[in-house]
Amino acid sequence: MNSTELGTHNLTAAPIGADGLFSLIPLLLISALVVLQLLQISFRRDADLCYRLTLYGLIAALGSLFALFDHLPQQATPLLLIDHYALFFMGLILACGILLLPLCHGYWRHRQLQLDEFYLLFTLSILGALVLVCSQHFASFVLGLELMSLSLVAMIGYPFTARYDYPLEAAIKYLLLSGVASATLLFGVALIYADLGSLGFASLSQTLNHSLIDTLLLQEPLLVTGIMLVLAGIGFKLSLVPFHLWTPDVYQGAPTPVTALLATISKAAVAALLLRWYLVSNGYAVPQLVWTLTLIAVASMLVGNLLALLQQDIKRLMAYSSIAHFGYLLVALLALSHAGSPDLAVEAVSYYLVAYLISTLAVFAVIMQLGSEPNPSERTDLEHYQGLFWRRPLLALTLTLGLLSLAGIPLTVGFIGKFYIFTIAVEQDLWMLLITVVIGSAIGLFYYLRLVLMMTFSDSSEVDNADASTTLRWRSGSTLALVSLALLTLLLGTLPTPLIELIRSLATSIG
Amino acid sequence: MLTLLIVLLLLGAALAWLAERQSTKAPRLVALATLGITLLFLLPLLFNTANGVLIAVQGDSWLLLERHAWIPRFGISWLLAMDGMSLLLVLLTLVLGLIAIASSWTEIRERQGFFYFNLLACLAGVVGVFTALDLFLFFVFWEVMLIPVYFLIGIWGHEDRHYAALKFVIFTQVSSLLMLIAIVGLALLHHQHTGSYSFDYFDLLGSGNRSPYGFWLMLGLFIAFVVKLPAFPLHTWLPDAHTQAPTAGSVILAGVLLKTGAYGLIRFLIPLFPDSLDSFAPVGMTIGVIGIFYGALLAFAQTDLKRLIAYSSISHMGFILLGVYAWNAVALQGAVMQMLTHGFSAAALFMLAGAVQQRIHSRDMRQMGGLWSQAPRMAAIALFFAMASLGIPGLGNFIAEFMVLIGSFQTNVPATVLATMGLVGAAVYSLIMIQRVFHGQQQTTHSLADFDRRELATMTLMMLALLMLGLYPQPTLNLLQPVMEQLQLLAQHSTHQLAGVMR
Repeated sequence: MNSTELGTHNLTAAPIGADGLFSLIPLLLISALVVLQLLQISFRRDADLCYRLTLYGLIAALGSLFALFDHLPQQATPLLLIDHYALFFMGLILACGILLLPLCHGYWRHRQLQLDEFYLLFTLSILGALVLVCSQHFASFVLGLELMSLSLVAMIGYPFTARYDYPLEAAIKYLLLSGVASATLLFGVALIYADLGSLGFASLSQTLNHSLIDTLLLQEPLLVTGIMLVLAGIGFKLSLVPFHLWTPDVYQGAPTPVTALLATISKAAVAALLLRWYLVSNGYAVPQLVWTLTLIAVASMLVGNLLALLQQDIKRLMAYSSIAHFGYLLVALLALSHAGSPDLAVEAVSYYLVAYLISTLAVFAVIMQLGSEPNPSERTDLEHYQGLFWRRPLLALTLTLGLLSLAGIPLTVGFIGKFYIFTIAVEQDLWMLLITVVIGSAIGLFYYLRLVLMMTFSDSSEVDNADASTTLRWRSGSTLALVSLALLTLLLGTLPTPLIELIRSLATSIG
Repeated sequence: MLTLLIVLLLLGAALAWLAERQSTKAPRLVALATLGITLLFLLPLLFNTANGVLIAVQGDSWLLLERHAWIPRFGISWLLAMDGMSLLLVLLTLVLGLIAIASSWTEIRERQGFFYFNLLACLAGVVGVFTALDLFLFFVFWEVMLIPVYFLIGIWGHEDRHYAALKFVIFTQVSSLLMLIAIVGLALLHHQHTGSYSFDYFDLLGSGNRSPYGFWLMLGLFIAFVVKLPAFPLHTWLPDAHTQAPTAGSVILAGVLLKTGAYGLIRFLIPLFPDSLDSFAPVGMTIGVIGIFYGALLAFAQTDLKRLIAYSSISHMGFILLGVYAWNAVALQGAVMQMLTHGFSAAALFMLAGAVQQRIHSRDMRQMGGLWSQAPRMAAIALFFAMASLGIPGLGNFIAEFMVLIGSFQTNVPATVLATMGLVGAAVYSLIMIQRVFHGQQQTTHSLADFDRRELATMTLMMLALLMLGLYPQPTLNLLQPVMEQLQLLAQHSTHQLAGVMR
């Protein structure tokens, strides 16, 4: 990539060529899908049709990525850079979407709701996520982020039922806090622009190369403040400590499919963006940024894991566990430095992200499957999971795999992710962070394994037996998604080489 | 071949779980058949060893060795190998597996399919630990064998099972994370020197000496192995886990899992960090001696029969630590002998305790007493194993402890003298156990069934094993001799090689 192209030029500079347009195909396909959905909804309301439309649209977009492979990287408008890195994360997000969609469908099916708009919003948030992973520029960053967040707000408050209070509370909480975070982010962007006169990520690195790092704060106070404010905005989206306060309430209050979306796709997209920003703009050259990130990482690992110990609700537990996991992820990010090539760190972040996505989706798949039984009294407190092993062995097994993977036990994909974190931290001599990872993992083991053990307890008397009679419908899409998530967790944990090779050939060719 | 062993056990595990749908009795039969077949696979190896069929790999002698690429990105391979020591320990694992199945034949009534699944999965992990020579692979097996045991304790254990299971798993997992750091540290060191990652045992031998963090990496491995062993300050999970586990769980824990720690010390820690022999041996031996006394003292003070046996294990494991850090052929052979004999004697004692508990529903020795008159066969067998445990000549345990002491006398006289006095402790707690349980006034009124044929058969098997190891240990020692010499050579060789590099 030619970085001067992005330098101080304004947005209208380079006209988009045929190649550039072609490289936008996945985004165009998803946008076309949105239009189609709108048309379908205005002429005929049919949730099943809309679901199928969305599913095929996502699959088509995923397929289009293969056609792109040989034509990259492409600078499609100054805003978007479609490179192999973007390709990898677009594939990841679309694959997650394809796995998540049938689960959502299974969950909503028994609730008498108008669902068409849910799929529309779902597609919009995916579009936002795709823009995020391609963005090399603060304008597209903000565009993608807002597109994703605003559709998430609507989805969190989606179910218009009698018991509307929890989703409504969650939606308002998310709307307000997300608005504040966006404002902070925008202010940070404004400060950076005031200082550099450019919104491209790469322009920051040029300034950093020129100025003396030690006196950066004195020379460029606006710039450093701007970077910190941007970090706060990103920290909110990734729910890193101390910007995590919304997480448990929103996770618990939102309908489970939306929680799953929030926990996986939305966070993955922002994490991919953070990695690109940090790397392209040489963020590791700003000592203030590195120190802040280190503190945030340590605090996230400790606070996330410690508070997860106290939770009695599986969705809240997952909220705190995700806080901790993004703390681990930051450790890999912090391993980026002047010394050596960034490849291993990018590889580590990417693999860890994949591992987190698969295991989290597996856990949420089970929660959704349990919530999609005909009686819509969804219960997510941990007590409800007692005896699950004997009532619903397949669900319990999947949940166990997901939890073991999050805990980082070998033979699951989570272990390979954790192995990457250990390797990169040892290589870069990040001993303090490594010790925090060990402490965090120890606490994590306790609550994950306690939940696993809980599932083996004898049935508590209060659990209705109607539950036991429900059998899985093997041919339904949601079961298929659930089983494939369980298999992926195992397969990528035992034979990680194909994924490692994929990441090495795609993700490491960043910027 | 070695992969086949592990795959067989895992397949059997899955089959046992599925067989539960057919009938509640099917899982244990499947498990029994699986172990039987696996043992049959090992038989030809035993004869090969007798005929001296060995594969020479890098100057070392292995009975079997297989290597496949696994994760080439980090130079991780699927490297399994077996020498005399591995063979003996795998045999011990499988035989104790049979005994564990026998001991849970009537004890486990609930969720049998899942029980035998966990039992076999754990054994598969242990066989992997005893044969893996790639450090990453070793770590994977090391962790994989724990989760099934977690379930065994947590689901089928006694009153405090959840607490004990979590404590067990947290202790072992946290320590193994330290081990992971150490392993990764070694591999990265190799990367710095040669430009490629490797977790291969043969590549990493002796490399620990080179690292500036050598001591800390060694400590990481040491803690992981010593928690499992367990040695004095890190043993607190063991009494809880053993006491709360079902009989089969205790048998596997005491008989097999503790041995993985000792195996790790012999196979990995010293050959990877030969320098630590000079600097760390006194510490290791001291910890061993403290363990011998501390275990014996606490065993003497227990009122819970299973806790007593658990603490006696700590005491016996102290001898292994002593033998390992003496690091000469005699002491090492003694340490491995101790692993085998303690495997049998502790497993038998736990089975006895389990049998008593199943009959009188208590492990409290204050409620026992006078059982001899009601169950003479059980009492006599208990006396036999108590004698074994206190190290009476003629049984395997005596040979083992004697060899350890002879070996360590050559390197550290004070520690050896102290450890020898520790033997008195073993006599005291063993005899007090027999006295409290089987002699004296009868406390309980309900009648006590003596051992039936199944229990007698398993006990006879273990008694024969101990007698054979005690009366004619030479074949076993012959099997171990080349391994130990090789290990010593390796440790010396890498030290000299490094010395050459330094100059």
